[in-house]
Amino acid sequence: MAKDEKILVIDDEQVILDAVSRIVSTEGIKVDVETNSKNALKLLSQKDYSLVLCDILMPEMDGFSVLEEIQNKKINIPVIMITGYSTVENAVTSLYKGAIDFIPKPFSFEELESAINRGLEYYRLQKKVDEAKSQKNVGAITFVPCPPKYFRLGNLSWIKLESEGVAVLGATSLFLETIKGLKNIELMNVDDVIIQGDSCANFVSNDELVHHFLSPVGGRIIERNEILSNEITLMEKDPYFAGWIYKIIPADLEHDMKFLVSCASDRM
Amino acid sequence: MKIQQAITKISLKLIIAVGIVTIAIISIYSFVSIQAQRDELLSQTEVYANKLSETIRNSTHLSMLENRSDQTHRIINTIAQEPGLREIRIFNKEGRIMFSSQKEFIGNMVDKKAEACYACHTANEPLEKLPMEERMRIYQTPQDSSRILGIINPIYNEPSCWGAECHVHPQEQKVLGVLDVKLSLKDLDTQIANSEFRSIIFAIFAIALLSIIIGIFVRKWIAKPVNELVTATDRVGGGDLNYVIKDLGSDELGLLGKSFNNMTKKLAEARLQLFQSDKMASLGSLAAGVAHEINNPLTAVLTYSSFLLKRVNNADLQEDLKVIVRETKRSREIVKSLLDFARQSVPKKSNADINEIIESALSVVDNQIALKQIKLEKNLDKNLPRIKIDSNQMQQVFINLLVNASDASKEKEGKISVSSKMISLSPHGTLQIKNAICSKRHSLMDEEIKVDGMPTIKLKINQNDKEGFVNIDPIYGKSRNNYSFEIKNPKQTQIACPKCNILLAVKDKYCPKCNSTIFSFEVPPQGMFEGCINPNCNWERWESIDEAGVRDYIELKIDDNGCGISKENLPRIFEPFYTTKGQKGTGLGLAVIWGIIDNHDGTINVESELNKGTTFTILLPVNQQGS
Repeated sequence: MAKDEKILVIDDEQVILDAVSRIVSTEGIKVDVETNSKNALKLLSQKDYSLVLCDILMPEMDGFSVLEEIQNKKINIPVIMITGYSTVENAVTSLYKGAIDFIPKPFSFEELESAINRGLEYYRLQKKVDEAKSQKNVGAITFVPCPPKYFRLGNLSWIKLESEGVAVLGATSLFLETIKGLKNIELMNVDDVIIQGDSCANFVSNDELVHHFLSPVGGRIIERNEILSNEITLMEKDPYFAGWIYKIIPADLEHDMKFLVSCASDRM
Repeated sequence: MKIQQAITKISLKLIIAVGIVTIAIISIYSFVSIQAQRDELLSQTEVYANKLSETIRNSTHLSMLENRSDQTHRIINTIAQEPGLREIRIFNKEGRIMFSSQKEFIGNMVDKKAEACYACHTANEPLEKLPMEERMRIYQTPQDSSRILGIINPIYNEPSCWGAECHVHPQEQKVLGVLDVKLSLKDLDTQIANSEFRSIIFAIFAIALLSIIIGIFVRKWIAKPVNELVTATDRVGGGDLNYVIKDLGSDELGLLGKSFNNMTKKLAEARLQLFQSDKMASLGSLAAGVAHEINNPLTAVLTYSSFLLKRVNNADLQEDLKVIVRETKRSREIVKSLLDFARQSVPKKSNADINEIIESALSVVDNQIALKQIKLEKNLDKNLPRIKIDSNQMQQVFINLLVNASDASKEKEGKISVSSKMISLSPHGTLQIKNAICSKRHSLMDEEIKVDGMPTIKLKINQNDKEGFVNIDPIYGKSRNNYSFEIKNPKQTQIACPKCNILLAVKDKYCPKCNSTIFSFEVPPQGMFEGCINPNCNWERWESIDEAGVRDYIELKIDDNGCGISKENLPRIFEPFYTTKGQKGTGLGLAVIWGIIDNHDGTINVESELNKGTTFTILLPVNQQGS
């Protein structure tokens, strides 16, 4: 891990800050902690950080406001939301508002580790994109944006509406890139009900970390991509077509669509 | 006792009113009939008097002609013995009394101004011919109380008189004298007085009888039911919404009683719903708070323990740490489910077969039911459509209700029946508008002003340059609209979108009920909704819904023959933390069930009778095409 990478953790509970910084620092990553969200914003504009972990329910200024402020100030930094009020609504809202990930409290060491790893990888990818853009070297970008007519939940998962109320969903190229070496995928069963913003599959990476894949919409699974169990690389090769994960019948698409971003709007 | 007085007042008023009418009718009737009777009796007496007078004149004619005055006297005296005859007298042309049944008056002169002479002697020249009716007179002498009928009969100069040998009367004389007969009217007066007396007695008796009858019926038909209604109003006003008026019959008051009962029932339901929403909301925030507070320390425990588990090489320590990690993760699941319980606002719905859910719930409680040897009856309609529901939550509902039913049932005797079927209900008063937009696609929903906890539709209204808002009731057909100012002229009120001011009034179309301005907005995807702006009119139309007609629901019933729920407990069973199971229950089960059903736009009702059993009825809307 690069030594110059530093994480900022914002939470009003000191015990969380202690636990997170203890784990993160043993991994060799530098960490700053802050209980006051306003002070944290000051720190963000003063120092360079690679990743922010931010609580949602905080006095004075909540996590969503911090997220908005970061975007308003055009600070280019990935944010992962953590909250004790771990509802799917909070997860979905976080991702919609620009967070790259969401970890519900209480989380285990492994869950935190995998999320931080993905976050830092995200930061690195973002940096590469910026560099490539400034050097006009588009070929250096290793991930593909999702096609138009697709919708995405944050930068994690995508959905494409097919005919007769069926939708196909899968993981974005960016998400797969942040995982670094996908080894295995644990899928749910046909007829299972999935919920928007809730984990619907576990991606296991080569370093044995488990990455929760958050579903872009809620519904009932009618088909899984069985090829994936034999040919996991298909996902990374063709994440938007052959690498689909589930076919589902959405339960309340009208509601879920409010939290999705159209891929047509973010073509580079 | 004030009620008693009020009732007495009503009956008293009625009695007085009817009494006055009765008195008037009886008085008029009596007056007319007594008058007729009086006239009849008098005319009879007159005829009698006239005949008598003629008889006297005829019988005395011969003795007069023969100038045998003693015989004339005798005749007069004999006739005068007739009862009721007061006096018979004959006086000559000069007015001297020649004959009288009362001897002392013989020879006296009669005053020409006196009663008897008046008829002929009013004019200066005395009349010689007198019509029959004018010969009579009725008068009362001061010394005597009874009235007297007098009849005069002129004795004309007939040829036999002036042709007689005595030559007493010259031929030129027309009238020789006058026969005056006086009859006492005492009997007649007594008869009339008696008849008047009878009439009065009859009137008093009739009024008294009517009063009693009115009193009895007023008490039976008005006082008792009104009393019952007043008591009921007091009880309901005091908060006892379980009070039921017993059957008051089928008259207007009976109908009032029935509609009162209906109102109380609706009120109780509304209060329960309101109370539930309130409780669930506070329970939700409580659970959210608890979850948040517990999750922070749990995070510390989980992160440290899982971190240690990774770093420690000691196998014993690893085992111990694994327990800590496992149990902390279990706590996490408990907190998560608590949060899921509380946060029922967004059920995770998908199309599901309700019968399958019931079957899987039954498989969970099968053991318990079999162990108690309770008979289970299933009556599931196999042709039910799949509906959008949260299968897990719905399963929780059935497990809960089935466990309750099994707990309530006696071993070996118990019987639980579960049924599902389709029913159809009218959309009026049940369907809720959840989304409304103006023609420029601005949302009209208002979260600030709510009706029964539901967001309303906010429209801007403009009347004579006065601007305000109206919040439309989201339930189709209920029209509990909220106006920010009083609408005086509903025909000239402008209605617009509060955001873009685009007019929402329908052009050239007026309310079919009251002819006022009507507004319309779109309810995506269920078409246009129209309503009348007049606060006193409840006209609303939702064409696509009306066209679809009645809405289909799936009705689910869970029925047991167990111990039942007492009347006092029944309204409280859906309250959070209310339990009759003591230590065994948390008191959350039915409250959670209520919340789940509510979030599925459904309703849950309970009917129960102590020691007879309990029935829970759940209605779930069947999602219609396009909704």
